[in-house]
Amino acid sequence: MTYETARHFADSWGLLSMTVLFIGLIGWTFRKGAKKAHDEAANMIFRDDDNG
Amino acid sequence: MAFRIIEHAKLERNVALLGVFALVTVMIGGLVQITPLFWIDSTIEKVEGVRPYTPLEQAGRNIYIREGCYVCHSQQVRPFRDEVERYGPYSLAAESMYDHPFQWGSKRTGPDLARVGGRYSDEWHRAHLKDPRAVVPESIMPPYAFLAEKSLRTDDIVAQLTALSRVGVPYSKEAIAKAAADLEAQANPDADATELKKRYPKVQVRDYDGDPTKITEMDALVSYLQVLGTMVDHKKAASQQVPNEGAAK
Amino acid sequence: MEKLVMRGGVWLFVALLLLLAAAASSDWAFSVHMSIACLAALIAAFASGKGFDFLSQRYPVLSADNASKYDDDLIRFGLIATIFWGLAGFLAGLYIALQLAFPALNLNFEYTTFGRLRPLHTSAVIFAFGGNALIATSFYVVQRTCRARLAFPSLARFVFWGYQLFIVLAATGYLMGVTQSKEYAEPEWYVDLWLTVVWVSYLAVFVGTLMKRKEPHIYVANWFYLSFIITVAMLHLVNNVSLPVSLVGSQSYSAFAGVQSAMTQWWYGHNAVGFFLTAGFLAMMYYFVPKQAERPVYSYRLSIIHFWALIFLYIWAGPHHLHYTALPDWAQTLGMVFSIVLWMPSWGGMINGLMTLNGAWDKIRTDPIIRMMVMSLAFYGMSTFEGPMMSIKAVNSLSHYTDWTIGHVHSGALGWNGMVTFGCLYYLAPRLWGRERLYSLRMVNWHFWLASAGIVFYASAMWVSGIMQGLMWREYGADGYLVYSFVETVDAMFPMYLIRAFGGLLYLTGAIVMTVNIWKTIAGSPLRQEAPMTETPYNPEADRPAVAVPAE
Repeated sequence: MTYETARHFADSWGLLSMTVLFIGLIGWTFRKGAKKAHDEAANMIFRDDDNG
Repeated sequence: MAFRIIEHAKLERNVALLGVFALVTVMIGGLVQITPLFWIDSTIEKVEGVRPYTPLEQAGRNIYIREGCYVCHSQQVRPFRDEVERYGPYSLAAESMYDHPFQWGSKRTGPDLARVGGRYSDEWHRAHLKDPRAVVPESIMPPYAFLAEKSLRTDDIVAQLTALSRVGVPYSKEAIAKAAADLEAQANPDADATELKKRYPKVQVRDYDGDPTKITEMDALVSYLQVLGTMVDHKKAASQQVPNEGAAK
Repeated sequence: MEKLVMRGGVWLFVALLLLLAAAASSDWAFSVHMSIACLAALIAAFASGKGFDFLSQRYPVLSADNASKYDDDLIRFGLIATIFWGLAGFLAGLYIALQLAFPALNLNFEYTTFGRLRPLHTSAVIFAFGGNALIATSFYVVQRTCRARLAFPSLARFVFWGYQLFIVLAATGYLMGVTQSKEYAEPEWYVDLWLTVVWVSYLAVFVGTLMKRKEPHIYVANWFYLSFIITVAMLHLVNNVSLPVSLVGSQSYSAFAGVQSAMTQWWYGHNAVGFFLTAGFLAMMYYFVPKQAERPVYSYRLSIIHFWALIFLYIWAGPHHLHYTALPDWAQTLGMVFSIVLWMPSWGGMINGLMTLNGAWDKIRTDPIIRMMVMSLAFYGMSTFEGPMMSIKAVNSLSHYTDWTIGHVHSGALGWNGMVTFGCLYYLAPRLWGRERLYSLRMVNWHFWLASAGIVFYASAMWVSGIMQGLMWREYGADGYLVYSFVETVDAMFPMYLIRAFGGLLYLTGAIVMTVNIWKTIAGSPLRQEAPMTETPYNPEADRPAVAVPAE
């Protein structure tokens, strides 16, 4: 593989797959139904607070 | 459902999975940026004249590293008009191909040294290293007078070159075996330097520290400084130094 | 008992081997290091004979009388070590700053030149101060969020003390000129190997504790700690691949040369910032800011995106340290683009931290610890904006090699890492020692203002000197020649170097105020008699215009 082929791949499929992955990950984090679990996780540090 | 398999909730509950995913995520960038540098030919274009350091120069380079010179001096002239006029032709990848590790630096508290070789006399370097402000009153460089007193450690020079050849510097068997003699010959103008000159083209042979009685760390460091940037004939390499934006006119 | 004897025996054997290595070496620095290590092994043998924690048994104040169900002895040590190394690192920094203004301070002595002291300063603040803060807080946080005691308690003690030995070996090595010349990875091969052993043990303790957790969910702070530990291990292993010249000598040669060596080093160097000084400290933020503010993190979802985006993007940014060098252009461009993109997750994290205070902004006025944390996030935001800007090639052509970079690094290190660590130390001290609260809140306030003013002096002096020098280097006169010789640009920076040192002095003074405050807290001194830190009461007397109002 030369610099040229690597460059072409990065410009096309590489770019496309990263964009899809990025959008997919964002969508998945904000998917419905996760809110409750997240709120619970965010508050777990306040439960059982006796030991600091 | 495909999503079920990689549900984040699972990731949030499984240490091993979280660790592996994190590791993979952080590996991608390094793999893409570092590995091609080892196999794309155009990374280091061949230039005539670059040779491994002589034993004395290599010993000097080790002192350069020991004293942390790289902390304040870069060795990388960028392709800008002002830098090329101030320091000389800009640096080529091939010029540091035997530098384990590179000494490009990150800060210029003092000037760039990539092309300092041959710019000043040995005497100037000695005076400057012993007491920088005696030569350059405004200088803020630390004094290195102790280098002139300390004898250079030479008993491990064969081991030094052996280690270097193992990490890829093309020292011949002969060059390694005769490293001690080569080191001696370069710092002593009366010694027979024919073999040294054959092994290391254009090598400069002289008493660098002005003290013919012994080989000091000053000898080694000055010999290193004096070879920096002098190996490549820049008129011949000019075709590679096509200036890009802001480079030499 | 048998186990203890065996442990002691192993350590004695190690000590013997180290003694032999010290004797066999013809390299003075190596012998010194092996002797130090031998001493450490003897201490370890003695300690394992006595059983772990003999120090805390001997000095009850170290074990405190709090009723915590967690394994906190180590964290108390860690807090003290963090403060100690912090003071050492700040002092070294102040000294080398003064050396740049007054070169006579190099003392014409081999061991005190700027070239040897500078890595001492950087390693002391990053790895000794920052590293201890990370280890201590990670052990604290992982126990609380897992509701489990540390896994492998004796291994955890080994991690802590082994890490201190690493610091001592690295620091003494710099003074003796033992260095690989790779910035922030200066320690030589045997110290690197030792750190590898310590680090793998650290990973084992951390992951072990996560595995025995009683809480189904792994809290986000632990993700950041975990990725910090894993990534630092990867960076450390790859960047330090080298071949020792002799097995009983201190010197080695890197496996990489030239371009590859530069790229590997700055992949390491940038991500030491990215994972040691950012991911690890963000973990501190994600636990201690919500705890101190007594409200959950603003958006847990944002924290997930923050995490994956940050760790993915950071790794790519290294080549921005090598703009316009002999590194191939494609790598430089990649580095620049990813550095700019990195601005987004960085600010996402900052906003997430700041907005945690949403609805309780008054705490910034009333709680000096929160104020410290908020200031640290503000500096985090500032330096993560400045960084991407400086990675743009056109900007970098001016800023690179100048003090601008030094200023940037310090607004991150002093502002972000320093301030958030101070905030955490203030949070931890009374809790770890079971005190009602800190000895003095007014002193926290003093610390806050001393540190903030110090950073302002420091950063602005470096902006001026950096941009000034960059411009002077490239200035052409009407005659077509360069206007300034190099040394004229050095001379011009003298006043800036004085201001910088003054900023450093303020910062160090603030840290001393903190040390006194925490010392008194630990010692259990009665709370300092001081006016309470509350809102300023309304005073009608004082409520009049500062400037005379003209008659209507």
